[in-house]
Amino acid sequence: MTGGTETTALEYRSESRTPERWAPSIGRVAAARAGIELRSYFRNRQAVVFTFALPLVLLLIFGAIYSGNAPGTHTPMKQVLIAGIIASGIMSTTFSSLAVAIAVERDDGTLRRLAATPMSPVSYFLGKVAQAFVTGVLETVVLLAVGVGLFGLHLPDTGARWFTFVWVVVLGIVACSFLGIAYSRVAPNARAAAPVVQLPYLGLQLISGVFFVFTSLPGFMQVIAGCFPLKWMAQGLRSAFLSDSFQQSEAAGSWEHGRTALVLGGWCLAGLLLCLATFKWGRAKK
Amino acid sequence: MPGPEVIGVSGLRKSYGAVPVLHGVDLHVGRGEIFALLGPNGAGKTTTQEILTGFSSRSAGSVSVLGEDPAGAGSRWRARIGIVPQDMGSFDQLTVKEVVSHFASLYPDPLPVGSVIERTGLGGKANERTSRLSGGQRRRLDIALGIVGRPELVFLDEPTTGLDPQARRGTWDLIRALAADGTTVMLTTHYLDEVEVLCDRVAILLRGKVAEQGAPADIGGRAHGEAVIEFQAEGPLRGAELPTVQQVGASLGRAEGQVRIGTAAPAATLRVLLEWSARLGSFDLPGLTVTRPTLEDVYLRMIAADAATPASEPELEHVA
Repeated sequence: MTGGTETTALEYRSESRTPERWAPSIGRVAAARAGIELRSYFRNRQAVVFTFALPLVLLLIFGAIYSGNAPGTHTPMKQVLIAGIIASGIMSTTFSSLAVAIAVERDDGTLRRLAATPMSPVSYFLGKVAQAFVTGVLETVVLLAVGVGLFGLHLPDTGARWFTFVWVVVLGIVACSFLGIAYSRVAPNARAAAPVVQLPYLGLQLISGVFFVFTSLPGFMQVIAGCFPLKWMAQGLRSAFLSDSFQQSEAAGSWEHGRTALVLGGWCLAGLLLCLATFKWGRAKK
Repeated sequence: MPGPEVIGVSGLRKSYGAVPVLHGVDLHVGRGEIFALLGPNGAGKTTTQEILTGFSSRSAGSVSVLGEDPAGAGSRWRARIGIVPQDMGSFDQLTVKEVVSHFASLYPDPLPVGSVIERTGLGGKANERTSRLSGGQRRRLDIALGIVGRPELVFLDEPTTGLDPQARRGTWDLIRALAADGTTVMLTTHYLDEVEVLCDRVAILLRGKVAEQGAPADIGGRAHGEAVIEFQAEGPLRGAELPTVQQVGASLGRAEGQVRIGTAAPAATLRVLLEWSARLGSFDLPGLTVTRPTLEDVYLRMIAADAATPASEPELEHVA
């Protein structure tokens, strides 16, 4: 009974179809995804405010508690703290935010809706990483501004230190973003996402030298923390901001730039592989 | 099946672990058809659609959709189909136009965004955040997202659930427009009126098997099955002995003056009844109705008969 109705044309004619035209490239779709992700993210005002506020509040609280220099050094404890909290802020805006957001999108059907389109999951990952990148950088800038304004933090004074700062932030954001995407699989549903994400986030913060001088922690905690990116991000940022004399308080007695780059770079690669191996887009395989 | 085959399914089986869900489903849908999958909850409609759209794997049988096996089909195939699931997902922070444009950007040859928004009746809401849409508007946005890629085949999972009558008609018009342009439409529904007015053919799925497949008017032998004549035996007809209509194959029943006659030959039976009432001085049969079983009657009877059949017997008896 389809015929006979006055159907307005949709300029739909199948004959006008152009089968040769191939789908938009992964890069172009990823850029479109990044735009959509950022727009959605920043329009959710409350989520933005609270995500950005958490590390800031931690900074203000611990900054008020700590006074004087880190034990046995000439470096103010507040400055040690800022470096750690910038690292923790990056983990919060990338790893935690992405893991929760994707668990929610999987639960409410968004992921499946996207999987029904010709889009590649790689474009989806890249859009997420781009969004996390922008928010991670913004969070870093905000914390840096507060550190300089309120706690007498000195910005890196040489090109080499700026360079260290940049590569640590970039590798940290990328590694934590991929790990967040992969870790979203652990949450069985949206409601479980927050507690599932809190455990590694809080746990690593406490043992990675964010709030305390790393070498003051028990040895086994140092070993565990050394396996994950946050410890190396915090250490790399200390090397960009603190006086070189602080190296004596680091685990190896030096900044260990080579090892930091290796561990963070390794986690970027491992994170990407974990995403590809564990991410469930929902489409059936042959 | 009028056009070339777009969906071909034979012997489709699916089990979740040891639990069988589909026991050999056969379906054939031609190009430009509006085809409905009808069945009670748990009959396997959604599972069938999931397999056809490549979201679920099958245990046995062959499936061809647009000439390809949906399991493992690539983006080129995905670009040719549109899916309107029941759960749209949330794009709360975005406007209608932003979401539709974004989905258009994922396809090689999308429809113009403006005309899709207009045609789905969301023209006045283009710049509204999707979180502020009503349930019916949200459903129409789902449909917009399913068709913006200019698909050759659209799967709609309960497209008009939750819509008011006017919006339902608008959606039907839109689906007809798609079909008129050569798009094949496969939908699941619980609404029998929807099947009746909208669909070219319907497959009734009961407990993982296609119980019957055909045009809605022919399902359960409706076109040639038994009609029912009813009227009130009032005035001179009250208490009068009914004529012998058995020779035209009718069966009688009466209660409280209400006469009910089932007949395979309603015209012949009516002629006998009208002569009878004229003889008795009544030139009318008060409250006369002649009805064929509705699709709903047939459907409910099929479900009842199926429920009465032991599950171990795979073949369903022909009911109506």
